[in-house]
Formats: sequence, C-alpha cells, structure tokens
Amino acid sequence: MTSAERKEAISAYMFITPFLLAMIFITGGPVLAAFGLSFCKWDILTPIQFVGLDNYKEMFFGDPRFWKALYNTAYFTFLSVPVGMVLSIIVAMLMNQKVKGIAIYRTIYYLPSVLGTGVAVAVLWKWIFNADSGLLNYLISILTGIPMSECPKWLASEFWSKNALVIMSFWGVGGGMIIYLAGLQGIPTTLYEAAEIDGANRWQQFWTVTLPGLSPIIFFQLIITLVNSFQIFNQVYVMTDGLGGPADSTLVMVLYIYQKAFKYYQMGYASALACILFAVILLATWLQFKFSKWVYYEGELRK
Amino acid sequence: MDSINDNLTVSSPNGFWASKRRTEKITKIFTTIVLSIGAVSMILPVIWMLSTSLKTPTEVFAVPPIWIPHPLHFENYPKAWTINNMYISEGITFTTYTINTLIIALSGCVGVTLTSSLVAFAFARLRFPGRGPLFILCLATMMIPTQVTMIPTFILFKSMGWYDTYYPLIVPAFLGGGAYNIFLMRQFFMSIPYEMDEAAKIDGCTNFGVYWRILLPLCKPALTTVAVFSFVWNWNDFINPLIYLDSNSKKTLALGLTNFVSLYGQDYHLLMAASLLIVIPLVVMFLMGQRYFIQGIATTGLK
Repeated sequence: MTSAERKEAISAYMFITPFLLAMIFITGGPVLAAFGLSFCKWDILTPIQFVGLDNYKEMFFGDPRFWKALYNTAYFTFLSVPVGMVLSIIVAMLMNQKVKGIAIYRTIYYLPSVLGTGVAVAVLWKWIFNADSGLLNYLISILTGIPMSECPKWLASEFWSKNALVIMSFWGVGGGMIIYLAGLQGIPTTLYEAAEIDGANRWQQFWTVTLPGLSPIIFFQLIITLVNSFQIFNQVYVMTDGLGGPADSTLVMVLYIYQKAFKYYQMGYASALACILFAVILLATWLQFKFSKWVYYEGELRK
Repeated sequence: MDSINDNLTVSSPNGFWASKRRTEKITKIFTTIVLSIGAVSMILPVIWMLSTSLKTPTEVFAVPPIWIPHPLHFENYPKAWTINNMYISEGITFTTYTINTLIIALSGCVGVTLTSSLVAFAFARLRFPGRGPLFILCLATMMIPTQVTMIPTFILFKSMGWYDTYYPLIVPAFLGGGAYNIFLMRQFFMSIPYEMDEAAKIDGCTNFGVYWRILLPLCKPALTTVAVFSFVWNWNDFINPLIYLDSNSKKTLALGLTNFVSLYGQDYHLLMAASLLIVIPLVVMFLMGQRYFIQGIATTGLK
C-alpha cells in the first residue's frame, strides 16, 4: 500500500465512523446481544440467569399466545401485501395512461401514505371502523342495503378485527404506486411499438413487456413491504389500547414482544420472540431470492 | 394530439384509425372513472375527519351522518389542543408535545443529513480495504427489524442514564441515520461525475473539502429527500418515544395523542380535531416538497 493509498484509507475510515459506531451499538451489536439474551431469564432488576433453550421450549410448547401472535401477523401480511401490491400496480398503470389531471390524482393517492402509520391516522381509522356510526359501515349500508346494525363490528369483532387492519393498510397503496409509476415510465416505448408491430394485443403486451420490465421493482417492493408488514405495531397499539383485543385477535408479534419486554419485564423471553420474528423475516426474504428467477433484468440475457 | 388523430381518421377510409381512436377514447373514459372512484375513497377519510372535527358530540353519532354541520364548531380545535385532564400535570398541552417533537425531529434531520452523507461519500468515492463487505453489511442491516435490536439498545441506553431523555431518540440519527439513507445518498453521489472531485483535488482540496465544498452543494435534492423522510419518520415514530419517555412534560405528539385517546375515547369531535392538527404539518410539507421526494423515492425504488 502506498502512502497515498494509506492516507485515503485512513480518511475513509474517519468518514464511516458514524456507521461503524452504529454497527457496534445500535444494529450489529444489539442483534448479537438479543440472540444471547434469548437464552437467559432477566427482569432487569435481579441478576441475569442463563436458562439455555427454556425460552424457546416455553414459546413453542407452552405459550398459545405466541402461536396466536404468529398467526395474526402472518394473516395480516399474506392478505395485505399481495392485494396491496396488485392494487398499487393497477393504480400506477391507470395513471400511466395519459388522462387529464394526472398530477391531482397522483397527489391524492400518494398523500395518505405520507401520513403513514402515524398515531393520528390510527385514531382516524378507529373512528371509521366504529360499528354504530362509523364511515365504513355507513357506506356499506348505503351501497348494499344492509342495515348498519347488521354490518361487521370491525374492531369489536374477533373475526373482523384483522380484516380491518388489512383494509386500513390499503389506504397506503399510494406509496407503492409512486414507485411502480416511475418504473412504468422507465420502460422504453420502443418495446411496446415492437410488440404492437408483432401483433400483440394489450393483454399480451402487459404480460410480455410491462410485467418483465416492472419485475425488478416488484421484487424490491415485495421484500420491503413484507418486512414492514411483519412489523405492524402502531395501528394495533392505538386501536386496541395496547392490548391486541378483542380476545387476542389482533395480537401481532411486535405487540407481543412489546408487552413481554416493557409490561412484564421478561427481557429474555421477549428477545427470544424477537429472534423468531427475525428468523421468519430472513426466511421469507431468502425464499424470495431463491424463487426470483421471474425477475428480469435489462441487459441480461435470459438462459 | 387530438388534431393529428382527427386528420388520420378522415384520411383512412378503412376505418382502422377510427376504431382504434374509439377504443382509445373508451379506455380513457374508463380509466378516468376508475381513478376518480379510487380518488374519492382515498380522500373520503380525510373529509370525514374534517367534518367530524367540526361537530357537537351529539352530531358526531348521528345516522345518517351530517357531512356539513351547522354551525361549524371551530372551537373544538382550541379545546382539543389545550384540554387538561387529571393525569396530565398542569400547563401541559399539545403545544408542549409539539415543541418536544420538533426538538427531536429537527435534531434528527441535522444528524441524518450530515452523517448519512459522510458515510455515503466514503462508500461512493474513497478506496479502502473492506469497502465492499462493509457496504454489503450496511445493506444487510436494512433487514434487521427494530424489535430485535430494541431490547438490548434499551438496556444499553438505560444503563447510560438516558432513560426519559431525548438522547435515545436523537443519537441514532447522528450515527449514519440508518442504511436506507446511506444507500440513497450513495446512489446520488455515484451519479455526479468523478471529474468534479479530480479537479478539486488538483486545486489542493482534501477529501473532506471535496465532500463539503463540492459534492454536498450538488446534493440538495437528495439531502432534502433524506431530511423530509427523517422528519416524517420522527413525527410519526411511536414505539421509541413509548419505551424511552416517561414524564409527561417530555412526551411527543404521538404519545400525547395516544393518552388523549385513552382518556377521551368517545369524544371523536375532539380526537379528530387534534389528529387533524397533528397531520397538517406533514400535509403542508408534502405539498411543498412533493416533486423532490417523489423523485427521490422513484430513484431508490429503481436502483
């Protein structure tokens, strides 16, 4: 290494010092610590105690609430992610047609996702889901003729509460839409022209040009939204007063971790739960990479 | 566009263009109708929020709903904002929460823009041993759910005496502000021609000089994006203030609103007024910086 190179390297390490500190104290280090803690029993006040696999044994064989939380989280994810994705692609494709007032539509669709998962939004939806005088049941009753008293009880119903969370998540489809819209605009028009000359109709163009062109973005979005929806918390906490009710029907993983760690001070058990959540997320991501042959990258010849 | 089509229609006797134009027109009308229905369902919750916030308690629960209450009860806003209750110590209103949130969010903006660009500069421009693996490590931290690191970080910060202070909420922003922001800044740096650096270095600029005087001024769009994201994130952040802040005088808007919900859960007119006031800054910021960060998201989504 020449002295110039050494100088450059030293200054580079100084530039990335914030990142290295973050690795040690707020990302990498704590992940290892959480893994270690998951084999311990600790309430912060009394000395820490090593218990081996007890936390995991308890979780898998003696804790129905864990299974409930895992099921609820999976239910929310597998309903909200694919449907939300299809919706945002449809909206993006509609918006890519050159209709009038596109800027206004774009703003209206995107705005809710800016407000995001904030507490204020959760409060608003809690009111919309109100069974007796909420907006949703009112709309259902005028559209279908079902009296409001017979409409779903949403957040008060063990069956409907999770679906309410899913419906609420669709209000944020604008976030994905913006990204797909950019992707659609990046597909060269020459490809469509070529397809048209070859006699491809709209439907065929969608399958052979649009979808392959969009696939890297769909892949990226799928990973990101899946990771995010496994971590749903704010909405549930606010709408159910931190309980995950009724009857644990909205108890999601993060809420359960929060309860165990900061309500019951079972830091070891909560860490074990967090590690399982992490493992589930990693597994889901790994599976997506493994089955990512459908993703088409421009400039790469398909075999 | 239309006039060209008109000419074509006239000049093609076989009717091919005429039928093509007709289907195009039908598609456009259909698109507009679908987009409008979608737009209405996107905006309806916000109108519902506004409408509820201007009602009396009895009007709130009226079925069918009164969309435009008469008279408009604007006094709900100051009432919701300054309401005192038995749990909240005297003199603490939403103004307190707003100031607290601003302290955290603005410090976060400074920290994230400064340190994410520092780290990104090294990854984009400097050569040093371990650059590739470290960057992959950095991207990998995006996969770590906050809940996994939450418990060890909480224990660490608590042992440092940072419980019930703003440090746990601000300091992480000064440590690179997360992999996503580093990634976004790096992508932006990469798009700036390297000749800029070389010219400056020949003129005797140090690495830091190149970063501070040459590249950073060129990065305003990316810096704005990062700052806005960070602000919105802090504004909406719920779980971190929830676990770290204890005294009422230190709480943020998200926590203040949650308190409000648990105490005045049925006073939807006041809840909606408070919620609306909390989201207004985000809406204003979105409308002002719309072009910037739609671009920002689009580019990161693509790369």
